[in-house]
Amino acid sequence: MTTTVPTEAAVRQISPGTASGPRRRPGRIRRIGLPYLLLLPALLLELLVHLVPMVIGMVMSFKELTQFYIRDWTTAPWNGLDNYSVSVDFDAPVGAALLHSFLVTVAFTLLSVALCWLIGTAAAIFMQDTFRGRGLLRALFLVPYALPVYTAVITWVFMFQHDNGLVNHVLHDQLGLTDKPSFWLIGDNSFIALLTVSVWKGWPFAFLIVMAGLQNIPKELYEAASLDGAGLWQQIRRITLPSLRPVNQVLVLVLFLWTFNDFNTPYVLFGKTAPEAADLISVHIYQASFVTWNFGTGSAMSVLLLLFLLVVTGVYLVITSRGRRTADV
Amino acid sequence: MRTTRAAAVAAVTMSLALAATACGGGSSTDGGGSNDSPKTLTYWASNQGASIEVDKKVLQPELDKFEKETGIEVKLEVVPWSDLLNRILTATTSGQGPDVLNIGNTWSASLQATGALLPWDKAQFDKIGGKDRFVDSALGSTGAEGQDPAAVPLYSMAYALYYNKKAFADAGISEPPATWDELVADGKKLTGDGKWALGVEGSNPSENIHHAVVFAKQHGADFFTADGKPDFTSDKAVAGVKQFVDLMAKDRIVAPGNAEYAQNQSVSDFAKGKTAMLLWQSASANLKSQGMSEDAYGIAPVPVQSGTPGTGTGVNSMVMGINMAVFKNTDNIDGATKFVKFMTSDAEQKLLNQAYSSIPPVKGAQADAAFNTPANAVLKDTLAKSAVAAPQVADESQFETAVGTAIKGLFAEAAAGRKVTEESVKAALEKAQQQMPAK
Repeated sequence: MTTTVPTEAAVRQISPGTASGPRRRPGRIRRIGLPYLLLLPALLLELLVHLVPMVIGMVMSFKELTQFYIRDWTTAPWNGLDNYSVSVDFDAPVGAALLHSFLVTVAFTLLSVALCWLIGTAAAIFMQDTFRGRGLLRALFLVPYALPVYTAVITWVFMFQHDNGLVNHVLHDQLGLTDKPSFWLIGDNSFIALLTVSVWKGWPFAFLIVMAGLQNIPKELYEAASLDGAGLWQQIRRITLPSLRPVNQVLVLVLFLWTFNDFNTPYVLFGKTAPEAADLISVHIYQASFVTWNFGTGSAMSVLLLLFLLVVTGVYLVITSRGRRTADV
Repeated sequence: MRTTRAAAVAAVTMSLALAATACGGGSSTDGGGSNDSPKTLTYWASNQGASIEVDKKVLQPELDKFEKETGIEVKLEVVPWSDLLNRILTATTSGQGPDVLNIGNTWSASLQATGALLPWDKAQFDKIGGKDRFVDSALGSTGAEGQDPAAVPLYSMAYALYYNKKAFADAGISEPPATWDELVADGKKLTGDGKWALGVEGSNPSENIHHAVVFAKQHGADFFTADGKPDFTSDKAVAGVKQFVDLMAKDRIVAPGNAEYAQNQSVSDFAKGKTAMLLWQSASANLKSQGMSEDAYGIAPVPVQSGTPGTGTGVNSMVMGINMAVFKNTDNIDGATKFVKFMTSDAEQKLLNQAYSSIPPVKGAQADAAFNTPANAVLKDTLAKSAVAAPQVADESQFETAVGTAIKGLFAEAAAGRKVTEESVKAALEKAQQQMPAK
């Protein structure tokens, strides 16, 4: 058996990138260019699917776009900042309704994210210990996340019904907690109904992400803390939560954005016209655009929402990364 | 750390992009149709039967017949009501719509304003046998006055009072109420023991509007001025809307649970005997499919304030129905016209309107004995004498949403046990009016 040792020339030929002189240039271009080439389809699609429509949406926000022009929106007359001034005139009905919807959405998002995070984290910590049936329980926890949104939410619609719904059956008929069957899909309670479905649907995601984050915390830290006499709560406060910080940073942000923009849940729960107490901004903008056919105003509202979310996320990222830098030091 | 940051930024970008693309639009198309694709047609039918499957069973044999006659294949899609207007709007924006479609007749003027539908001028009408073939009241809901119609009437309907004969007999009521006072008085006798007198669809804006227009008209009010401006808050309009909501709020003859109905649950309640009366349009086929025998219920005109139904303030229904329209940019304009001619022919009209328990808007077919049953006589009489067209203004569909939603809110108040006053009705209607597009 003989071993062939490649000559220096052969090596140069095989790996031109390591060779010196002008001959290596095509290789370098290929090497540096390849990742960009591979990214190109994704970039093109991103451009087509997101950026172009986004720019079109922004252009529309400066136009008087009603049903008279939707057949060819480019012919709609420009109306400057009119759509924006209508949207932010909080003394007039359109602006007042938008502000109301915005405040409802903020309250809903804060509560939903907080509850999703709390339940998800608690469940993930609880599931860290090995016990009989843990796998089954973990799978069950993920069911709301795995179910198609429409199927899940429409089931809640049935459960929330006034006359035949399971929720009233349990709360009123079985437990006697309410004087009379409550309305959940209309009136003030619709906010609670919406929050319930949102949390039910959202916490398994938090659970999944926190559970993944927990895998990275070395067991030794807990053992050492335990030897030093730290109790469960102290271990959670001093080890678990600080170690989960980078994971939580992304988790909270993603949950916030998803919840703030959630369209499917309120739309399936309440239809095209949500009750005032649960008038989330996504459905509100949809209604302005596609139900009352004020596409220009709807676009302006979308752009305002985009700006708001940009500012919030920007501030959030700055604050959280500054905190982390200080911690790193 | 870097990865975390990058992931966060990616997530942000994606979500924000999604937020701003909600209002993305499509390309424009123009033209008045062509014959580039003469052998096929796409048809969007509205959901008329008890289900989409029922509609397919009714329509497909007729489409096959049309294909045999003309060699044109019609691809059918039955679109649920909840999606139809959005689908039409999307098709209008993108130019990628069907060739022929059904529209709710109350949307005629709104959709006409988009300019996407083929106008039916005299020459176009002559190709399907002339305008004179159609009943006047049906033609009144095909577009704004003074313009060529944007569609052709296909099925006509009117509201009637459906009443459960046994429930009436048990309560000692010998005949159906003719006025609202009588209806409320009878209603109080019929309500009790878990049963209620009347069903409504409180969370369905369109259904609310149909009743609100009639109640307002009975008080002598219209929701639009003669020059097409919204006028929702006149005392008479307020009185009309309040009277409708009061059936639940004050008279308590409608179950509070009806405030969240929007999926025709009130029809099921009536079919199951849970409510004794129902104000509905052409409910017979639906009731039959839910197992209610035709002998079990009677059909009477919708009550009026006093006297008998008739023109003026004796109005007791809107002219309801379905129109057939052709997309202006169709690739088979001749085929589309032939298809409309086929669907509005006397023979097809008899067949289809029987299947959907509606009334043919075509005079020749309406005269057929099949539409002379007592039930159909009530509907025909209503359409001929005491039905009013929906407001034929470009903003009609916005009106349906704005005022219909205001009434939905008032029903929610009534269901929660709160008082519905003239002030609260006026405030709700005022808010609705302010939501209408500024002129």
